[in-house]
Amino acid sequence: MLFNLQILFDIAPITNIQLILDGIFIGAVLALGAYGLALVWGVMNVKNLAQGDFIILGGYIAFALAREGVHPVMALPIVMVLMAMLGWMVYVFMIRRVIEQDMFTSLLATFGLSLLLQQVMNLIFGPEVQVIDSHLPNYQLFNDSVTLPVVKLLSLGMVAVLAVLIVLFMRKSRMGQAIRATAQDERAARVLGINTDRIYAFTFALNAAICGAAGVMVSMIWVLQPFYGISYSLRSFAIVTAAGLGNLPGVISTGFGLGLIEQYTGFILGAEYQVASAVVMLLLVLVYRQRRAKRKRQVVR
Amino acid sequence: MKSFSFKTISAIATLSASLALSAPALAKVEGDTIILGAAISLTGKYSTNGLHTQRGYDFAVDRINDLGGVKVGGKSYKLSVKYYDDESTPARAAQLAERLIQQDGVEYMLGPYGSGLTKAMAPVSEKFGVPMIEAEGASRSLFTQGYKYLFAVLSTSEQYLAPVVELAAAKAKAAGKEPSSVTIAMAFENDPFSLDVREGIVDTAKKYNMRIVIDDKLPADLSDMSATLTKVKAIKPDVLIVSGHSKGAATAARQIDEMTLQVPIVGMTHCEAAKVQEKFPAAANGFLCATQWVESSPKKDKYFGNASDWNAGFKKAYPEYTSVPYQSAQASAAVLVWKEAFEAANSFDKKQLRDAIAATDMETFYGHIRFSEFGNNIAKPMFMRQIDGDGNYNAIITPDDMVWPRKAQY
Repeated sequence: MLFNLQILFDIAPITNIQLILDGIFIGAVLALGAYGLALVWGVMNVKNLAQGDFIILGGYIAFALAREGVHPVMALPIVMVLMAMLGWMVYVFMIRRVIEQDMFTSLLATFGLSLLLQQVMNLIFGPEVQVIDSHLPNYQLFNDSVTLPVVKLLSLGMVAVLAVLIVLFMRKSRMGQAIRATAQDERAARVLGINTDRIYAFTFALNAAICGAAGVMVSMIWVLQPFYGISYSLRSFAIVTAAGLGNLPGVISTGFGLGLIEQYTGFILGAEYQVASAVVMLLLVLVYRQRRAKRKRQVVR
Repeated sequence: MKSFSFKTISAIATLSASLALSAPALAKVEGDTIILGAAISLTGKYSTNGLHTQRGYDFAVDRINDLGGVKVGGKSYKLSVKYYDDESTPARAAQLAERLIQQDGVEYMLGPYGSGLTKAMAPVSEKFGVPMIEAEGASRSLFTQGYKYLFAVLSTSEQYLAPVVELAAAKAKAAGKEPSSVTIAMAFENDPFSLDVREGIVDTAKKYNMRIVIDDKLPADLSDMSATLTKVKAIKPDVLIVSGHSKGAATAARQIDEMTLQVPIVGMTHCEAAKVQEKFPAAANGFLCATQWVESSPKKDKYFGNASDWNAGFKKAYPEYTSVPYQSAQASAAVLVWKEAFEAANSFDKKQLRDAIAATDMETFYGHIRFSEFGNNIAKPMFMRQIDGDGNYNAIITPDDMVWPRKAQY
């Protein structure tokens, strides 16, 4: 560990740039999945345990399209449309029936959905690890000591565009306003003539589409395996719990923060602590909030 | 539909219970067929390798039956395998071992796929004194438990990548440097198999007094090892070794490619399964890959001929393979050991069979098979193969066969 710190500060300080870049790239993808979760959680009060499996499924759809010769960047809109349709169907057949029930019913239902998706992906695509080669160049900076893969830069750009679009959509469009109204007070929204059932269906479909987009990035940057969803679900939950619901800037900055923490933890303590650092971050945030809440009595909104 | 009355149900229950109790648990030899039992991963995360294993078993069983079967007590018996799907889960595998032995009366077992599942089944077959010849569980920890009825035809996992260190030492010497000047970076998944592989490296590195500069453990759901590889890029070691099944190989190849790492020697396991030569041909050029068996091996037996004959026959039986995984080869070898053990013991008694297996000393197309007192095969070495620029795997018999430093073409 000391040796690793020595590399960072003494032997090759340039490594910091690599870690920061990687952290930002990872954080962008994590933030995307987390934002979808925050949306569903905030609007419908459904904690979607199948979040990570939606991400992996999106990646596999991109993989299937890539086998047909479609470049993953071109596949992105197709994947989002297909995933939105799937999300809509899942809502109609499943979520609608558990939304009025208590928390455990929706947790159990989405956990079941997660298992189902894993096994279906395993049957269709097999358990081997799959990758997509995006055929994009990697730039070597600072005398070959920092790598800047175009594919990661591209995903960062796509995440930024998606985030702006989502914010504009939520602020400006009638549907976005209706979604926010339903999130604030479902009954009042209904009284004012908003069809909340449609809003829920749309929100869930939007979440699935966002996950699909994240999945396409995952397939280009990392690897796909039917059972990898859990690590993305876990990080999404950590980010949303730490950032709070309905707070897009918070979710995105927490995503970047988690990306950086993971990279530095992996470098200094070893890769085995990388995913653990997400949980540790969550713990620290919760402890801090608890202490602050004790000092200042405040109303939880 | 009306439900059955309580009386009917209890009558059926009693009847079936008494039937089950009175049915003789004697399925081990039915007529002129010897029944071997196996739990195999046909679904779940090991299903691909499970299928490779099953096909290896079936291919050898068919060949032995075609050649006249197994002769015991002057009579010819056919072999047949009773399979169950263990769904890639250890708990299910243990259950199925119990079911095969207790309900189906199987007294001769073939192993499942992988160390984890073998570890789950071995205590059960041991408890009932049923010999199990396995071909797919390489973890060293299987052979430190004092099992008397477990035998493995493959090399144990600590031998997997140790030859990489030997090769590095040989190359350092050839370049006029001390082997102790070699630095090693390594990353291993935190699972029994990969940690065994790590032990083998640590022991060999100690022998040459080499310095291990990076020693990372990778999580089980590993898809990102860029932090580790960033370290490699900063330190520039002479050797990089990665082991984490096929996901480890795929992730490493992808990120080595991305970071254009120039480490002169890169060794890993499961290159073939991850198809690194197809997906990342530039980075994979020069990778050293551990394998249990090479089809160019000159070893032979009277059932299949030499290794390439077995390879050709297997491809003919299963044309969907372009290159045959070693998992199938070793599965076939396990069936051969059973065949010879039956004939050597000339008996169906499991105790006598156990002793016959323990005394096995035979050459097969897969390599020589002789078991230590712990049940692992000590007569067969591991092989290393190096990927070349065209994606071919070339066997490395002497250090001169190795391209060093590797020529990655990014």
